[in-house]
Amino acid sequence: MAGNSQEYISHHLTNLTYGKLPAGYVRHNADGTETELTEATWTMAHSGQEAADMGFSAVHVDSLGWSFGLGAMLMFLFWRAAKKATTAVPTGFQNFVEMIVEFIDNTVKEAFHGKNALVAPLSLTIFTWVFMMNFMDLIPVDVLPTIFGALGVHYMKVVPSTDVNITLGMALTVFAMMIFYSIKVKGIGGFVGELTLHPFNAKNPVVQALFIPVNFFLESIALIAKPISLALRLFGNMYAGEMIFILIALMFSAGAFLGLLGGVLQWAWAVFHILVITLQAFIFMMLTIVYLSMAHEDH
Amino acid sequence: MNINATLIGQIITFAIFVWFCMKFVWPHLLGAMQEREKKIADGLDAANRAERDLELAQEKAASQLRESKEKAAEIIEQANKRANQIVDEAKEAARAEGERLVAAAQAEVEQEVNRAKEVLRKQVSELAVAGAAKILGKSVDAAAHSELLNQLADEL
Repeated sequence: MAGNSQEYISHHLTNLTYGKLPAGYVRHNADGTETELTEATWTMAHSGQEAADMGFSAVHVDSLGWSFGLGAMLMFLFWRAAKKATTAVPTGFQNFVEMIVEFIDNTVKEAFHGKNALVAPLSLTIFTWVFMMNFMDLIPVDVLPTIFGALGVHYMKVVPSTDVNITLGMALTVFAMMIFYSIKVKGIGGFVGELTLHPFNAKNPVVQALFIPVNFFLESIALIAKPISLALRLFGNMYAGEMIFILIALMFSAGAFLGLLGGVLQWAWAVFHILVITLQAFIFMMLTIVYLSMAHEDH
Repeated sequence: MNINATLIGQIITFAIFVWFCMKFVWPHLLGAMQEREKKIADGLDAANRAERDLELAQEKAASQLRESKEKAAEIIEQANKRANQIVDEAKEAARAEGERLVAAAQAEVEQEVNRAKEVLRKQVSELAVAGAAKILGKSVDAAAHSELLNQLADEL
């Protein structure tokens, strides 16, 4: 059972990966035989080890597919709502979309003090998209992998936000925007000054010159910590939540009593997780707004 | 937990969705919402204005009603006054006419009396002449004594 459950967990934590295996790579087949590749091959990874060996050029098909699919679905729904938006009395889904839009608009107005037409739609995209990606966590962990397994797909990690690539990708995009708007608003000089003249400064130019490397070191860390913490906060929360769901799911195969207890725990954790996924989506959006607001502020 | 090209894929996907949202979703939704907000505010304003207008109109109607009632009362009073005046005038006219008629009648009566007196006087003088002739035994020449006769007649 121990080896089995370890396998179960690691199976759940392995992405469906498509990438290039180098020539001479030895593949371990399911039946115990080994195949040596004669030339570099683009293929689906058959194990976590293979996925790791594919290096940077590999792609997590499941993460990217789910993330793109959910985003496209959201954008389609929003687009339809936007197309139908009139000044008449809104009904049904239109009402729901407008509620979200108004909530985002108010949040942005409160937290963002610059003038930028990008921030509000960016926030809407982040909040709803991250929420949907997180929401995949509430689908019982075995449902989708089992369905895809029956279709011949061996690995299927359905929660994109438990993939660090996904969260880091979004955080780096936000980081790029921060730098872009910092330079746009304050100019290169202002941006560099922000990095080098704080937190220590002195009237004496010689002392100031001594402070510059120290300041630069501290401020660079502070700057780089922003996207990293943004990415890892979301990733860590969702990964841990997913892990707990997987551990609870293990109990289902351990007798009637533990199975029943697992069911109760699954329910309780799912209820709690509704709070977590919403909160994490909101935090990601809120920090994005705050970071961009800081980028627009001129000292 | 491998960092790989998924990162790039996600960045591109993210950028596309944000662009799409900024271009086709956000402005339409927010525009419609703001327009509706304005429309509702305008509607409420119009309702307030209409209410105020109604109040004003009611006030105006009430004051006009009051005014017209006053005017009607005035007209009635004037009419009454005029009627009284006409009656008085008619009475006056009637009285004057009556008086005039009475005066005319009296004048006629007086004239009649005078005429009668005249006739009587003439007859008396004739009688007197006749009487005197009888007394004197001869006729009195009327022509010769006409002066005397006339004098007599005047004395009568």
